[in-house]
Amino acid sequence: MDLLPVALTIITASTPLLLAATGELVTEKAGVLNLGVEGMMLVGAIAAFAAAVSTGSGLIAILVGAFSGVAVAAIFAVLTLTCLANQVATGLALTIFGVGLSALVGSNFVGISLEPLPQLNIGVLSTIPILGDLLFGHDVLVYLSFIMILLVGYFLSKTRSGLILRAVGESHDSAHALGYSVLTVRYLAVLFGGFMSGLAGSYLSLVYTPLWAENMTAGRGWIALALVVFGTWRAGRIAFGAYLFGAITILQLHVQGWGINIASQFMTMLPYLATVVVLVFISSDKMKIRINAPQSIGKVFYPPR
Amino acid sequence: MSQNKAKSKIGQLDGLELAPLLKLSGITKSFPGILANDTIDLTVKQGEIHALLGENGAGKSTLVKIIYGLLTPDAGTFEWEESVTSLSNPAQARALGIGMVFQHFSLFEALTVCENIAIADDQKLNLKTVALRIKEVSNRYGLPIDPDRYVHSLSVGEKQRIEILRCLLQRPKLLILDEPTSVLTPQEASNLFVTLENLASSGCAILYISHKLEEVRSLCGTATILRNGAVVATCNPKLETAKTMAELMIGVKLHNIKRSEKLENHDNRLQINKLNLKSNDPFGMDLKNISFDIQEGEVLGIAGVAGNGQTELMAALSGEIVQNDSHDNITFDHVCVSGMGVAARRAMGASFVPEERYGHAAIKEMSLKDNALLTTSQKINLVKKGFLQSNEICDLTQKIISDFDVRTTGLEMETANLSGGNLQKFILGREILQNPRILIVSQPTWGVDAGAAVFLRKSLLDLAARGCAILIISQDLDEIFEICDRIAVLYQGTLSPSITRESASVHQIGLLMGGKTGE
Repeated sequence: MDLLPVALTIITASTPLLLAATGELVTEKAGVLNLGVEGMMLVGAIAAFAAAVSTGSGLIAILVGAFSGVAVAAIFAVLTLTCLANQVATGLALTIFGVGLSALVGSNFVGISLEPLPQLNIGVLSTIPILGDLLFGHDVLVYLSFIMILLVGYFLSKTRSGLILRAVGESHDSAHALGYSVLTVRYLAVLFGGFMSGLAGSYLSLVYTPLWAENMTAGRGWIALALVVFGTWRAGRIAFGAYLFGAITILQLHVQGWGINIASQFMTMLPYLATVVVLVFISSDKMKIRINAPQSIGKVFYPPR
Repeated sequence: MSQNKAKSKIGQLDGLELAPLLKLSGITKSFPGILANDTIDLTVKQGEIHALLGENGAGKSTLVKIIYGLLTPDAGTFEWEESVTSLSNPAQARALGIGMVFQHFSLFEALTVCENIAIADDQKLNLKTVALRIKEVSNRYGLPIDPDRYVHSLSVGEKQRIEILRCLLQRPKLLILDEPTSVLTPQEASNLFVTLENLASSGCAILYISHKLEEVRSLCGTATILRNGAVVATCNPKLETAKTMAELMIGVKLHNIKRSEKLENHDNRLQINKLNLKSNDPFGMDLKNISFDIQEGEVLGIAGVAGNGQTELMAALSGEIVQNDSHDNITFDHVCVSGMGVAARRAMGASFVPEERYGHAAIKEMSLKDNALLTTSQKINLVKKGFLQSNEICDLTQKIISDFDVRTTGLEMETANLSGGNLQKFILGREILQNPRILIVSQPTWGVDAGAAVFLRKSLLDLAARGCAILIISQDLDEIFEICDRIAVLYQGTLSPSITRESASVHQIGLLMGGKTGE
């Protein structure tokens, strides 16, 4: 049994989860619950794919994908932050909107296939046997997913701006009373979430399966949302969770190949089952939730005056 | 640098007439349906402790929010160090040198002390520097605190210390304190006064909001008294008596409550025996071995600083938390009610007024009529064969409103539109009119103005005279001493033995509230 290809596919399956969850972590830490991750990913996926087909440039495709995620997130931000709409309902609507919009735009792109993004070889490191393939033979988005979760973890725990963002998510009224602009912080956080979801979508249509298929995210946006809770809003645990869930999705394909008889449906539901188990587990320790969970998540901030 | 200048200025001007630091003229602010501030003039000088006195709803909080830049006035001028300015947010106020300690803390519970202070710090220092400065400033002013602790693990007094430290690190010229002692024990309060006097003597002006008159008399050099949004007097509190200032605040002469003779009857209506309760809230307080009883016609007061188990005790007594596994912990009229829910306990003739008015005592979004029905439906015939008796409900609501002087626009008014004091009158009225055998009340006059508070306390005493056993859980020592027959203190989830009012002193109760037993 050759484990290297399995390990490599686990990385590709985990990367979109990690990218999207990183964005949602920042959004939620600022106190906004954006359930539209799936929709933003789909729009990012079709936009990146369309850009790649028409320009042939991977870099442009990635940027177009990411910024179309930002554009969709901006709709959400205006509705929930400025127009004070309910975040849960708006997030769900955003996902439905993303599914429809991407299918509409994507109807012209069905059946076209693309060259996947090139591997970024890092000098001699990539030539090390096994380790070179495993760690240093990936495309730019895989490296970016690692860099981003590290940066976000550092940003949230060590920087002043990160402290302000956490404070806004913890108690928007107190943050406002201290003179911080709750809306500015939340807008930026939501847009960052859109950016990362767009990247995650781009990864799916440019690398994972370099073609466009309707609804190709197949629930990964929801897994990313679950991941943030699974990781109790901590960057390190979210990265771990992304790889755990990624591994489960891949293993479901391989166990059949290895002749182990488990219903594939069971394996597909494992990530969700794991999330439910973790939710129950962490909810039993209220202290843990209290310290890490943003307290004003999902609450509408009515600016006084 | 500006601070050095300020200091030398004080040196030169000591004893002379000081230039005003803050001068407000004609400040007006209205909210829908209410004129909160009506052409207010106020002058605060360097190094003075200036009291802002007034009833709840007199406009004190609105005025200081304007000074701190949280609200913008509709009209009037704002002069700071003799130049006219206008503030549009608190950051500008802090840049001028205005610091504010809020009545309800603006702290982040899930952040550490150090992070909480760093986030309010406009100098953008890193956390290590902030931790060092916290230690330095807290030593200088005698406000000990560990920068690495999480805020949720601190006592209320410690939380307030953080708020004050947070302001002091900004080297303010004017410090605003909004009812700072309402959550402190008398001993903690006197420590605070020493700190404030130190600060004032170093040149910082203090604007002190309170309705505790004795406190103001001992601390403040000037007092501005507000009533209904307007300044009614400016005086030197040291030359006034508490009574004259209270009459200025309220506008009518106050009468003292007369206590009627206690009933000579020894029927135990409410008995609590070795009650233990683990709190549901991770930041709550577990109750340990609580025992007390209340007889027919007796009023027992439970004093204590908030967060010492009051919420849990109320929940256990009212039946919001049901204890199925315990035996005879709580008995009403000699019947064990430990395993009964709220409705069953109410059906036995008990009434409850929880501290949280919305969500526990009343529903914000429903009309007064519907809220009147909520706890009364079982006892008075308001429901027949499952149908609501609309006329009877209206009559009852009308009676509550008129007997308890609830200021409303009508029976259909949405409850959320009642002011805090009026809502409290409504809820207490609803329970008292049911003529309960046992009444358990948390913070009966919190947020109620002095005139109405006198009325509510009198209603409670009248109810006791009719034989009801009353338990009052309150932070207000004046209230407890005014109406209770016996007083016990809740501290860290344990209850002290009760002391009769005649033999208790404020000093002794204060020590118990701070966890010190005996002398």
